[in-house]
Amino acid sequence: MTVQIQPQEEAVGFDFSNYARNQFLGQHMNGLPKATSTGTTIVGLKFGGGDSGEEEGVCLGADTRATAGDIVADKNCEKIHYLTPMIRCCGAGTAADTEFVTNLISSNLELHALSQGRPVRVVTAMTMLKQYLFRYQGHVGAHLVLGGVDSTGSHLFTIHAHGSTDKLPYVTMGSGSLAAMAVFESAYKPYLKREEAVALVARAIRAGIFNDLGSGSNVDVSIITKAGCETLRNYEMPNERGVKSRNYKFRRGTTAWVKENIRSLIVKEDVKITSGAGKEQPGIEPHPVPVGAGPGGEEGMDVDS
Amino acid sequence: MTLLAQSPMSLHDTYAAPVEHRFNPYSENGGTILAIAGADFSVIAGDTRQSEGYSIQTRYARKVFQLTDNAVLATNGFAADGKNFVRRLKQSLEWYQHNHHKQMGLKAIARLIQTMLYGRRFFPYYVYNILGGIEEDGSGAVYSFDPVGSYEREACRAAGAAQALVQPFLDNQIYFKNQQPEPGAEPFVPGRLPLSTVLGLVVDSFTSATERHIEVGDGIEIFIVMAKGRSPESLLDEKLGEGMTIEEVPPVGEGGEERTFLLSGPLKRD
Amino acid sequence: MWGQPMSAYDAFNAHASFPLPMRSAPKAQPVSHTQQPVVTGTSVLGLKFKGGVMLAADNLASYGSLARFRDIQRLHPLGSHCVMAVAGDMADFQWLKRDLGSILREEEALSLTDNHPSLSAANIYNYLSIIFYNRRSKGDPVWNTVLVGGWDEAKKESFLGYVDLLGTTYSSPTLATGYGAHIAQPLLREAFEAKAGLDGKGELPTAEEAEKLLDDCMKVLFYRDARSLNKYQIATITAEGVKISDSKSAKTEWGFAEGLRGYGAQDR
Repeated sequence: MTVQIQPQEEAVGFDFSNYARNQFLGQHMNGLPKATSTGTTIVGLKFGGGDSGEEEGVCLGADTRATAGDIVADKNCEKIHYLTPMIRCCGAGTAADTEFVTNLISSNLELHALSQGRPVRVVTAMTMLKQYLFRYQGHVGAHLVLGGVDSTGSHLFTIHAHGSTDKLPYVTMGSGSLAAMAVFESAYKPYLKREEAVALVARAIRAGIFNDLGSGSNVDVSIITKAGCETLRNYEMPNERGVKSRNYKFRRGTTAWVKENIRSLIVKEDVKITSGAGKEQPGIEPHPVPVGAGPGGEEGMDVDS
Repeated sequence: MTLLAQSPMSLHDTYAAPVEHRFNPYSENGGTILAIAGADFSVIAGDTRQSEGYSIQTRYARKVFQLTDNAVLATNGFAADGKNFVRRLKQSLEWYQHNHHKQMGLKAIARLIQTMLYGRRFFPYYVYNILGGIEEDGSGAVYSFDPVGSYEREACRAAGAAQALVQPFLDNQIYFKNQQPEPGAEPFVPGRLPLSTVLGLVVDSFTSATERHIEVGDGIEIFIVMAKGRSPESLLDEKLGEGMTIEEVPPVGEGGEERTFLLSGPLKRD
Repeated sequence: MWGQPMSAYDAFNAHASFPLPMRSAPKAQPVSHTQQPVVTGTSVLGLKFKGGVMLAADNLASYGSLARFRDIQRLHPLGSHCVMAVAGDMADFQWLKRDLGSILREEEALSLTDNHPSLSAANIYNYLSIIFYNRRSKGDPVWNTVLVGGWDEAKKESFLGYVDLLGTTYSSPTLATGYGAHIAQPLLREAFEAKAGLDGKGELPTAEEAEKLLDDCMKVLFYRDARSLNKYQIATITAEGVKISDSKSAKTEWGFAEGLRGYGAQDR
């Protein structure tokens, strides 16, 4: 029997050549390195239309906690990202991925709108996001809630990191998604009024904030209708820090030093008056800089008595 | 021909040895504890949140326990081990009292804890303990333990989820690390701060840990053990933080010597 | 092995030539009793209300993803003023019932002959927690999560506690296990706090409010927990004693499905 040698085909499709190596390394180290995942509660809700007597739209919500492991990295971050004037996208998962992917797609959507000479549709944003994410096989850890209004109406999607999408009237994502979804499942009704929708979204986010350790701090809300997008940053702030019982200002000289070396940084000063800003302005009193201003100066830091 | 062109599926280790599914007898329940010794008092505190993973199991679970009239134990780590360790320890202390007609001294309790922890060297109690109280000489004391019984007397100690946040703060404020005394002034001596200062530091430790650690929050309980003869006036006059309440904890034994107080209040719940 | 595709490890390392240690240290093989749960029940819920405590559990015992037994009662009365609601392995649940039954019979016999105080819910809970902790310490866990609800006649107050296969215990005015902890607990806490306040010192929900809340939670769990069943019971424990309801169903709503079209760009 003769062996037929096929002409070498051009490599197409996925390349798995590092898979075996990675499995091997994984067995010898403590598992494969894991990307950090940030806890979050993000939600979206369709409202209006039907017998509500109000314009239809979508309402998005997010908490504002960003975590690195069990440490709170940012107490008031923004998770509702801008895509186009009429489309917003909430991100859960790896913070860098959600920011990068929404930024990138936002740019591409703008170019798309310019080339087509009309505002982009929400499905376009959805398709671009899912195709990008699918290409990276889940390694771009962005879990998104996408909402917006276009010429065909209001739309709401979830997009998972692997590229799958869902189209539903109410959606939640992130580590607090179960808490938030419980609220939606028990209280959602079709054709909510705008006010009711905002209240329900805030309630769902609060469920995440208070029951999921990955979520916390404040509630951000965005409402998108045909009339435009309104973002209510820090719509609710149920977790403000109280006053500390002591103050921690240190007496000047608290920090020890081994060497003192004072130099004049200005070796040679040459002032040339040109025009404009540097010039003396009529009717404006020049204020000399007070001596010793700034931290540690005469009018600077208070000293704990 | 490339290796993978044949069948990438064959490389999945579906047929490798079956994944061993062993029962893990431990869990980690979050929270943080700390204790600070004063000249004639000792303060032992903990938050009241019990969690597992990203879920809050309960917003109120005690992890600071009165052992005797002059000893209080804070325990942190795996809650089931903690509870059972404290249960066994209290039992031992009760037997001691029946046998000797007196309560066990703080130093002896510390050694007993070491013995009990080391007794489980090869199946440890996954618990970090901090013992606070009044020594026989009337001084405030803090003993801290690792899960298998190594221990040490210290002026202060933080343990648990937010140890890495709180301990450097205490090192600076209690041990005066990285702080130079004023020229001509007395050198700093750790363990001599007034009670009001210490309580302020404890409350601030917990509110700050709550801000930056997801497993800390819900509530705080601060036990204060005061040496015999020390007037509790200074404590009761203390301007308490918002929502804070104070009560005296009844003595375990006859009473009339050291006194224990419990200061409790809310923390953020997110 | 002949006839089997190579594992990724073998395929890559067929000649043992990779310059890393080739074998992980041999694992010790201690005697292990550890089984795994086989026929299981999903989450159970508990809630304190004015004058008592309520527990809820559905009637399903699953065999993996198979809805195997659909008429299983997972609420079990223990004496006159205590009920346990059990999630997890149903074989271990039956063993627990037998074990607690014998203790309870012994106690009852004593209470007939002298004024021996009967076991309170707190006593039973404590006993359970010790069994669970000791069994986990032997490496042979009782593969259940249990909620104990009761009424303490002496203290005139309700009791609600949680214990699981690790021996972990805690109490709270609202409790839930498994998926219930993620899905139902937020709803339970929200409703409870709205009535009783953050410190729980206000007026507790009424029995009617509590039952309505549990109905709502069981419905949401049925929507979202794939191992649940829309057929459940509620146990109510008050000073009067224990009442375990007949099985009931929540009214569910699937009408919205009519309007759904596809998952992406499709619109028909």
